[in-house]
Amino acid sequence: MRPVYFDHAATTPVDRDVLEAMLPYFTEEYGNPSELHALGREGRRAVDAARAAVAVALNASPGEIVFTSGGTEADNLALTGCLERFEPGHLIVSAVEHPAVMETAKALARRGWDLDLVPVDRDGLLDHEAYERAFRPDTRLVSVMLANNVVGTIQPIADLARIARDRGAVFHTDAVQAAGAVPVDVKALGVDLLSLSGHKLYGPKGVGALYVRRGTRLAPLVHGGGHERRLRSGTENVPAIVGLGAALTRAVEHMPGDGARVTALRERLVAGVLDAVPETRLLGHPSRRLPGNAAFAVRYVEGESMLLQLDREGIMVSSGSACASGSGEPSHVLLALGLPPEEAHGSIRVTLGRENTEREVDRFLQVFSPIVARLRAMSPLYHAGA
Amino acid sequence: MYSDVVLDHFSNPRNVGELPDADGVGDFGSPVCGDYMHITIKVAGERIADVKFKTFGCAAAIASSSMMTEMVKGKTLAEAAKVTDEAVAEALGGLPPQKMHCSNLAADALRVAIADYLTRTGRGAEVETIVGPLPEGGEHGHDDEGGDD
Repeated sequence: MRPVYFDHAATTPVDRDVLEAMLPYFTEEYGNPSELHALGREGRRAVDAARAAVAVALNASPGEIVFTSGGTEADNLALTGCLERFEPGHLIVSAVEHPAVMETAKALARRGWDLDLVPVDRDGLLDHEAYERAFRPDTRLVSVMLANNVVGTIQPIADLARIARDRGAVFHTDAVQAAGAVPVDVKALGVDLLSLSGHKLYGPKGVGALYVRRGTRLAPLVHGGGHERRLRSGTENVPAIVGLGAALTRAVEHMPGDGARVTALRERLVAGVLDAVPETRLLGHPSRRLPGNAAFAVRYVEGESMLLQLDREGIMVSSGSACASGSGEPSHVLLALGLPPEEAHGSIRVTLGRENTEREVDRFLQVFSPIVARLRAMSPLYHAGA
Repeated sequence: MYSDVVLDHFSNPRNVGELPDADGVGDFGSPVCGDYMHITIKVAGERIADVKFKTFGCAAAIASSSMMTEMVKGKTLAEAAKVTDEAVAEALGGLPPQKMHCSNLAADALRVAIADYLTRTGRGAEVETIVGPLPEGGEHGHDDEGGDD
């Protein structure tokens, strides 16, 4: 049987048309965009076209787009690059950020910045009052992700950004999970900095972009020949940049149809799981969530066990459990939602994509309930609650 | 990441369940830490006549529980108590390093069950000689948080 891929928050396949668009830039149009000859000019043209495409998709100007090696680098450039030009003061990030932001913020804290983590409620939405209270006169930067990678909750970024700007702080949002899945309009959001990644939206790995609103000053992290308006030196990864432009354009064009279809699939999956598996709940916000994200806490069983049993059935998902993450702790996101550790260990994340089908969802539903029943039968915790 | 033996024991675990009239019970690990084992044994003529387990945990925890039960069945209490977590891991064809510490608790759980049997039968004084120092509750340290996506 064909494998079923339900891990689109981890990565997505490269779209066929996107791959086609990229291929010439490996072997034929391989010029270095910094060179003045014909091949160099073709490389420059391709990078400029991709930059314009990304700008259109985000309602930005081409001059506001900086290509990077991925979402993690874009987040690093946003936080460290922005704060580099200030004396250490105060920064605010949400408690549910991806490690690309969280660990960068902690690195800044080690360099003298005061770091405040703003808590979220049980649905994953930022605690608005705590957020407003967190600001100080020396708050220089705020970073709150647009949509969460673990539970899919979408934050009210426009409100949060307005508050930050009223207090004179720069506002960054990590839109790595959101871009390509839900509308991302930098003007409507009112953000200063926004990160995205190619491989989450059916583009290639190894490429991302940072939107830098005109007038937002950043210091580069990677020094060299002054590429990307001096913000990110290094010869442009032309095929990957072309791929990112093509993938984002395609995602935005098809968003209404894809979004509705993926949402319907997710609703079918969530209803099926909650109906068939007792003592299981949906994690994240019931409606303000990414179309493809269905994350669950399944009591009395451990996430990696569910993941591997599903894998043996040819179905690929993810888990926020300690074992699945390869560390000793369950996902900090799940703990921030207030999940007790033993429930956080029993988390499973199913993330659907546009190539998934109703049949695949039904196949998942067919095998998932028996897997949980089998694991519960051998769980010493189960009889207590059964 | 996991050996075929681990995946076999994980998918078809041996001796799952709970012995109704157990002579010794061992609980080890912690649900909060993500791995928790419940071992029941029957003892006859100083030997482990039967052993069953219930485990909450990852594939390594379930597979090591299953393998341990196979290794100790029929052994004398003293022999069974000498089976180490490392020996269980070796019989499984190895475990990933990060699982050795957290999830490989089955031999410890068995020693708790043997000590329980000795205590119940008025032989508490022999725990020290047969089982040795008891493992501490299953608390274990944690490594750094890993990345994701």
